[in-house]
This record gives sequence, C-alpha cells and structure tokens, in this order.
Amino acid sequence: MAQNDYQQMVDAYDNAGGDKDIFSNSDVAHLVIEEDEVVGSHLVEGLTVDVDTEENLVKAKIVIEEGQQIEKPVHLCFGVLPEEGLQQIDMDITVEDNAAVEILAHCVFPNAKDVTHKMDAEIKVGDNSEYIYREVHDHGSNGGVEVIANTDIVMQENSLLKTIFNLFEGRAGLIDISYESEIGADSKVEMIAKISGYEDDEIKIEENAELKGANARGLLETRIALQDEAKADILNEMTAYAPGAQGHVDCTEVIKDNAHARAVPVVDVRHPEAKVTHEAAIGSIDSTQLQTLLARGLDEEEASDVIIQGMLRG
Amino acid sequence: MSDQLLQIKNLDLVLDNKKILDDLTLEVDSGYVCALIGPNGCGKSSLAYTLMGLEGYSPSNGQVLFKDEEITDWSTQSRAQKGMTLAWQEPARFEGVTVRKFLSLGLEGQEKEVTEEKLQWALNEVAINPRKYLDRRVDETLSGGERKRIELASILLMEPDLVILDEPDSGVDVVALNNISDVINDFKEQGTGVVLITHSDEMLDLADEAALICEGEIIRRGEPQRIADYFRDDCLPCEDTECLVEVEDNGTK
Repeated sequence: MAQNDYQQMVDAYDNAGGDKDIFSNSDVAHLVIEEDEVVGSHLVEGLTVDVDTEENLVKAKIVIEEGQQIEKPVHLCFGVLPEEGLQQIDMDITVEDNAAVEILAHCVFPNAKDVTHKMDAEIKVGDNSEYIYREVHDHGSNGGVEVIANTDIVMQENSLLKTIFNLFEGRAGLIDISYESEIGADSKVEMIAKISGYEDDEIKIEENAELKGANARGLLETRIALQDEAKADILNEMTAYAPGAQGHVDCTEVIKDNAHARAVPVVDVRHPEAKVTHEAAIGSIDSTQLQTLLARGLDEEEASDVIIQGMLRG
Repeated sequence: MSDQLLQIKNLDLVLDNKKILDDLTLEVDSGYVCALIGPNGCGKSSLAYTLMGLEGYSPSNGQVLFKDEEITDWSTQSRAQKGMTLAWQEPARFEGVTVRKFLSLGLEGQEKEVTEEKLQWALNEVAINPRKYLDRRVDETLSGGERKRIELASILLMEPDLVILDEPDSGVDVVALNNISDVINDFKEQGTGVVLITHSDEMLDLADEAALICEGEIIRRGEPQRIADYFRDDCLPCEDTECLVEVEDNGTK
C-alpha cells in the first residue's frame, strides 16, 4: 500500500510539473508524506530527519548540521491522494551555524474535494547560515483544499532566509498562511508569495517580520491575481528596531470580474537609523499591456492570462 | 476592388465633450508610408488609437475601411487578425514575460508557426542580439529604446498589411533611429502600408506623403518635406493657442 502511495505521490508530483527523477537520485535527499504516513525518504550527509507519526499528525524534526552545506536541494513532498482527508504536520527545522540548505516543498492534492492541510512550523536559522524554502502547490481543479499554515522563524546573525510560495495553476481553495519572524543582526529575510485565485477561492496571508538586529534586512513581497468571486486579504507588517535595519513591503494584486482584494501594509520603525518602505497596488490589468496584446491578435482572455502569469512568475 | 489598403472617410471622434478628430479623411496604399505630423495634442495618437479600435476610441461619425471591408465597429483583436497593428509611443512593460514569449505572441495571434529562426531573424532586423536578449524579460530592465525595437521585431514577425507607428523615433538614440528607419524600409519592401506619426525629419524622409493635422483636421497633404516646412514656418506659431475645440450640445464647434 505504502509503495503504491509512494508511486502515486511521485506521479502527482511529476504531473504538477516536477521532475520525478530526483526521487531516484542518490545525491538528492527527499521525504514523501502522504496523509499521515511517510511513504518515502532518502537522506544525505549533514541532514538528519526524525519523523513521528500518529493519526492525522506527522511530527518531523529536520536538522542541517553545523558547517554542512547541502549541495543539492532537499525535496519534501506532502500530499493527500484521496478526495477527502486531513494532513497535519508539525515541522521543526533547525539550520545550525555555518550551514546551508535549499528545500523544495511540493504540496500535491490532485483529487481534492474536501482536504485540509495544516502545517505548524518552527524554523531556527543559526549564525552565518542560509535557508531557502520554495513551496509549490498543486490543488487540482475542484477548489476543495484548505491550507492552514503557521510558521515561526527565528534567525540569528549574518544569515539568509528566503521563502517562496507559488500557486498559480489550478484552484487555490482556501489559503490561510501566517509567518512570524525575528531577524538578527546582519541577517536578511525575504518572504515571497505568488498566488492566483478563481471562482470562490479565498486567500489570507499574514506576514510579520521583526528586524531586531542591527543592519537586519527584510522584504515581504506578495503578488495575487484574482478573478470570478475570489477574495484575498493580505496583511504585511514589518517592524524595524535597530540601527541600519531596512525593509520593504510590496503587495500587488490584480483583480477581474467580481473578485475582491484587500491589502494592508504596516510599517513600524522604532529606531531613527532604521527605514522601512512599502508599496501596495490593487487594480485591473494594465490597459496598455492588454491593448498591446489585443493588437497582436490575442483575445482578451488569452491576453489577460499572459499578463497575469507573467506577473506571478516574474 | 480598390487598390487602397486603408480608407478613412469623414471620421469624427469626440472625447470628454471635445472634438478630437474632425471630418478626417485619408487613404494609405500597400507599401506606402503616410506620415502624420502636427503639434502635440492635435489628434495624431487619437487617430492611431481609433484606427486600431482601442477601448474608448469609437468614432461618432465616419467610416474606416481596411482591405475593402468596413471595420469601423470591429474589435482591436479582429483588426489585428485582419492584418493591422499598432506600435505604441511608449511600449508597455511586461513583468515576467520573456522577449522570446513576447515575440511568439504576435505569431500565435496570427496563428503562424513560431520557430527559433524567425525569432532570431526579427531581433537581428532591429539590431538586438538574440543570444543576449531572447531570455530577458520585457520589463524595466530594458530601456525604452530596447523595448521599442523589440516591439517592432514582434510586428515584423506578424507580417501585417498595415502598421501604425506612433512616434517610433521618440526616446531612441541615433543608432536605434537608423535601425528603425531600416525596419520601416523593410515594411515598404514587404508591401506593408505604414501610418507614421513623427516629429523627426529623418523619419519624414522615409515617407511617400505627409499629412498635417491641426485641431483634428487634415489641413495640408503632400510631399513630406514641403508639408514639414509649412508646419515649421506657418503652423507652429499657432501651437500656443488652444488646439482642441469645445463642442456645443448640438455638435457644432
């Protein structure tokens, strides 16, 4: 059964645009979890993974050991194959000092009609370290997925943390994600989310970056494209406490039809030598862009799609 | 069948209660460059947008015939598919869209095959290095002059019957200006009719005829340099006066 689930997860990953050959590459670490069961895993030197499972809950503790630079991206594949189900994951990730890792997380729910994916994550990044987390979602076409994710991040000094959340094919369903982060001296955080919503999809994002250390840097960037009756509510908050801390909050939302978008950028500066800027723009598709493509012979639907996909993938 | 590619007959355009185009009549033949000159705000770009059928630019009176078919009420897309297109004075930026994709769109819109050879040919025609640019994005990382040339490359690929060029010379350097002149000559050789909006003497030299527009009317037509001389010597002193005319409720000036 597990072997069959593993193959189906790999196939779902492949169908979602991934390269399934990575699962047979001995140089590439991976962990595949279907509902509450680990159906495949492979580790490389410098990476330890401890997993406890109980009904509807997976507890995963991932450590990138001190001084280890994991050469190839680590692939995490989460998913629920049936039409209905609950997947709850508690993730504890530690990047020790002088370590680096890039994680590619694929969340696949290809048949979902009533699936909930809950993720509670704690991420600790040590001194002089690097953590990049790319998250790609495939929710199928039914809109029956709820993603509820809460992530707490603590970064020490002189480190980089970058999260990229992409969902621009298929339905979003309900996306409710929250990030809280504390950034140490000379460290840099970038959180980027690019999501499209259709029909009655609902997208809620709350990101909070606290630039606690001197010369800490932050970027919160959100790109949302909505159509039909979809809704998005984005709250990006950045607080700078220390000298030399600098940040930028950037939210762009494009809406069509009866979609509803709301963006609240909050900038809070508590030191005279710190600076945080923000941009927020919500509107329809740029008319010159649209008309340029219409004048090339595309219809409005095709032209809108090119512009929106460009904005999301850019 | 007429040998005139484009016929504009008695065209009126009113925007925000101002008459922008006033009983404007003009013809353009295949392989023929018709330059439109005139002071800022005289209606040149509005005529371009009206010809292309852009949203908000529906004429209140008159006709546009293209390849002997009345297209006055046609959508922009339908006009493009029939063989007409427009190059903007300020080409749009397309975040996340590569030059390769942007060039391909013109071909796809005409249901023509996209090949690497065609894309490379078009970029070479506008003196853009395909190896360096095909995978770059049509966004703020390209200069305005580069975007103009890439837009022209996309239009070359469409092989349109009529192209409307809205100030292709503005904001480009001397080298790019020469490339743009070459492209206009390419259009002529392809048999493409060109409506060329310009303020540049170099561009006027490419034209077969010029029309001087003032207050939305064509007030002079003829040999390009003669029309340009008239514009400079006799018309420019009027430029400080109000160019657009208020329209009374009954439609008269």
